[in-house]
Parts: sequence; structure tokens; C-alpha cells
Amino acid sequence: MRFNTSPAPHVTPTGSTRRIMQWVLLAMLPGIAAQFWQFGPGVLIHLALAVATALLAEYAMLRLRTRPSRAGLSDWSAVLTAALLAVSLPPIAPWWIAVFGALFAIVIGKQLYGGLGYNPFNPAMVGYAVLLISFPKAMTAWLPPAELSATPLGLLDAWNAVVHRAGPEGLGFDALAMATPLDTLKTQLGLGRTIDEVQSGTLFGALAGKGWQWVNLGYLAGGLWLLRRGLIAWQIPAGFLAALGGLSLGFFLLEPQAYPTPLFHLLGGATMLGAFFIATDPVTASTTPKGRLIYGALIGSLVFVIRSWGGYPDGVAFAVLLLNLAAPTIDYYTRPRVYGHPG
Amino acid sequence: MNFGPYRKIILDGLWHNNQALVALLGLCPLLAVSSTVVNSLGLGLATTVALVFSNSVVSLIRNRITTEVRLPVFVLVIAANVTVIELLMSAFFHDLYKILGIFIPLIVTNCAIIGRAEAFASKNTVDRAVLDGLFMGLGFTAALVALGAFREIVGTGALLNRAELMFGEAARNWSVRIIENYDGFLLAILPPGAFIGLGLIIALKNVIDARAKVRAQAAASQPVAFEAAARKA
Repeated sequence: MRFNTSPAPHVTPTGSTRRIMQWVLLAMLPGIAAQFWQFGPGVLIHLALAVATALLAEYAMLRLRTRPSRAGLSDWSAVLTAALLAVSLPPIAPWWIAVFGALFAIVIGKQLYGGLGYNPFNPAMVGYAVLLISFPKAMTAWLPPAELSATPLGLLDAWNAVVHRAGPEGLGFDALAMATPLDTLKTQLGLGRTIDEVQSGTLFGALAGKGWQWVNLGYLAGGLWLLRRGLIAWQIPAGFLAALGGLSLGFFLLEPQAYPTPLFHLLGGATMLGAFFIATDPVTASTTPKGRLIYGALIGSLVFVIRSWGGYPDGVAFAVLLLNLAAPTIDYYTRPRVYGHPG
Repeated sequence: MNFGPYRKIILDGLWHNNQALVALLGLCPLLAVSSTVVNSLGLGLATTVALVFSNSVVSLIRNRITTEVRLPVFVLVIAANVTVIELLMSAFFHDLYKILGIFIPLIVTNCAIIGRAEAFASKNTVDRAVLDGLFMGLGFTAALVALGAFREIVGTGALLNRAELMFGEAARNWSVRIIENYDGFLLAILPPGAFIGLGLIIALKNVIDARAKVRAQAAASQPVAFEAAARKA
């Protein structure tokens, strides 16, 4: 009888990069489905455009950098980057927004820094931040959610809106767009209204913004599945959601007419997508257990700060990018004690 | 008369040792004011004048100052002539002066100027120092204008906006629309656009240099190949 006497490590990781990327993409499906249901097929068009552009850009950059392009393309990381970017875009944003964003994310956000594993910033959020800063008009015009609008957009209508910038028959293109609940809240509070007055508006549902609550619940479900599979560290979403929830609860209790409920924050905007899918990017996030908790908590706090007092209605992208910058420092100060060495 | 050294000074200043693209000096004003061609040209020319004056003065007094105090002396010389330039700009290009703002007095701290004073003017005769200052300045201006043009076209779709700041009222309608129906790409005008644009311009220069090197090598190896072919025949 032969015994296996191979040297350590005896436990080998189960997933390759490719497998992990595919699982994360799979976990996005409930959220994407909710977006499809609430905001129409625009998200699918943007997904297709962004993924195609990202793959082409990845291929071209790998060729230019004389790196093996097959291995680079088959790890699915470009697809995931494009998908994360595409689901952040307004469903009726013009087609070139998705193309340009994916191009910028892959070429400048990822490949110019040295490709997968070397990028200091989350490429999808680099692309998103560039788009938001450069094209604010196209990036803030969302659709009314299906819970509200009488006639949801069909695939053809969405295609016309994205490519030809035309509204469905009998309706102008400009009549399509509607601000998001977070955007509306910020504008209305700025006009001196109270939360009660704002939330009596049609955009606000039982839990949070209409439509958005389902999208966030979808990403929450996908995120919990990722946690169960052990693909993401629990510390980052836990820190993120605890900080955002705690801060918003504190301010809500102090001044309920000036700050929305914690639930509105947790199920509004890009909270769940950010907490489970964006902040957990293994390349750009903190890597130590304690560091991840701090990293997540700081992102959550910054999201609350930007939403409450900043210039933009949502702040997940900016918070993630800022903390990407701080991640190496956080790691430096939170290195775990090595067994046998004094702390 | 041997023109070799002068030719080298000119080529170094414009290309091989371009202060912005190779030495990477003076990047603070370069990145900050290069949002339009006119701003770039204004600051570039002001820097060129400062370089010529400081180089000539430093070269004139180079044998009278001891090594220990040379840097403070250089700074004083540069500060004095930048003050003169600042007052002149305020008098004759007041609007441009207001737009460039703090970056005109900050020419004093432009490392390219003190770099040339230290590395060249303090070791060379006046004629060479002046030539060096002029072409280092023109090379810097060229890089600045290239970056300004890139940012202005990508950012606004037009070129030579507000040319009247520099060239007087006659230039008010010089503005050229390069791209029609263009909403503008704001990032190019914001600071990140300056970093990305400068990176692209440096990359372009490196590509051109690499191509030139390959061509030079090919040209050098050509006669040998011919000879071998001739011998075979």
C-alpha cells in the first residue's frame, strides 16, 4: 500500500481565476434580472456592448504589450469588469457611453498598469468615475422603474433609445428619463423640504426607492451566495454595510426629517452591488482580515458622507477608488501576527 | 567655425533632452495650465524668456561665485528676472496674466530653469548658455503647446479658444471648430487629462525615438549586406 507523502501545502485552492470570475458573474444574475425587470432591456444592451468592447480592448492591449493574449482573454476578468461597469450605467445611456467606459477601464484602468493583478484601482470604477465626471448629463438620466411606469420599454424601444437617442412612438426621448430616488432626495432636501414631504413622492416605495429596492435585494442574494461559496471575504461587505447602516441610523435618529432611514441607504443606489461585488475585488481591496474590516467600514462611511453632504447623489465609485488608494497602507498597519513571533 | 556644439545644443533642447518630455522637469506648471493652447503658449514663452535671461546672467557671473553659495545666487537671479517678466505680463497681457495667476511667479521654482543654470550655464560661455536657454525654453513651450492642443481638442472640440488674450482683438475669431456637434470630454480639461495627455505624448516620443534607432541601425548595416551580396555574386 502506498501513502501519499507529498510535502505541504496539503490543501489546494479549488478555483482558478477563471472559475472565480465565472462564479462572480453568475452571482450577478439575480441583480441583473431585477434591473431587467425594473428598468427594461437597456442593461442587456449595455452588457453586450461593454463586454464586446472590453474583450477587443483586452486583446489589442495584450498584443501591443506582447503578452499571451489567449491566457489573458480566457480568464474572464475583462468580462467581469465590463459587466460591473455595464450594470452601473443608466439603461438609456447612449451606446458610446458603454463602449468608451469599457475602453477606458481596460486600457487605462487595467492594462497600462500592467494587467490583471497589477492595477491599483478597480478598473470598472475607474471607467464609471470617468464617465460620471465627463458626461454628467448622460450618466444621471435613469428610467422610471417598472413599479411606476405604465408602459415598460421593449427591446426595440431600448435599442432605439440607446443607439438612436429616440423615444418610443408618441413620446419624446427627453420624456423617458427620470432622476433616481437618491438624486431626487438630494435635490429636494437641497430645496428645504423634509424627508416626509420628499418620500411622499411616487419614487419612494415600501423599503427604499421603487425599483431600486428589488435591484439591491437581487445583488444581496447573489452576494450572500458568493459568501457561502467562500469566494469573497465576509469582512468587506460586513464592514461596508455596518458602517453605512450605523451612520445612517445615528443621523436618522438624531434628525429624522433631514436624513433618510438606514433601510433607504442600504437598499438604495449601488449599495449592495458595491458591498458584495465592487469593494471585494481581490486585486484592489485590502488583504488582511482586520484590514478588510477597516477597508469596508471606511468605504461605507464615505458612501454615507458623499450621499449626505457631497456633490453627487451616490458615492460608491468614489469611495471605492479612494480606499483602493489607501488599501496598501491599511494592509501595512494590520499585518497579522506570525505564529511564534511577538506582535 | 565649428557649429557642431551649437547644433547639439539646439537638438538637445528641442528633442533629445527636452525638459518636459525627457528630463520631466517643470511638470507642476505644465500640468496645471495646459488646458488650452493659448494658456500653454503664454506660460511657455514666459518660461523661455526667464530661461534665456537666467542662463545668460548665470553664465556671466559663473567665475565670480563660489560653489558653496551658487544655488542661492541662482535662485536670486531667477527670482529677479521672473519678477520683471511678471510685471511686464501684467502690463501688456493683463487678462492672460490673470488666468495664469500664481503660475507666473512660480516660474521661479520651475526646476527646469535652475536645472539649466546648474547643469549648463554655470559651466559654459555666454553665447552657448543663451542658445541653450532659448532652445530648452522652446522645447518646453512646444511640449506645453502640444499638451494644450491635445487637451483643448479632446476637451472642447475646438482649438485656439480665447486667442485674443495673447494676440489682441484681431484674434478674437481665430477659434477653430475641429469636431462638429461635440459636447466635450470634461476629463481632458480636468487635471487627470493633463496626466494622461502628458503620458501619451511621452509615449509617442519614445515610439518615434525607437523607430529612429531601428532605422539608423538598418542604415548602418545596409552597406555590409550589399558587400556580402556583391561578394557572393
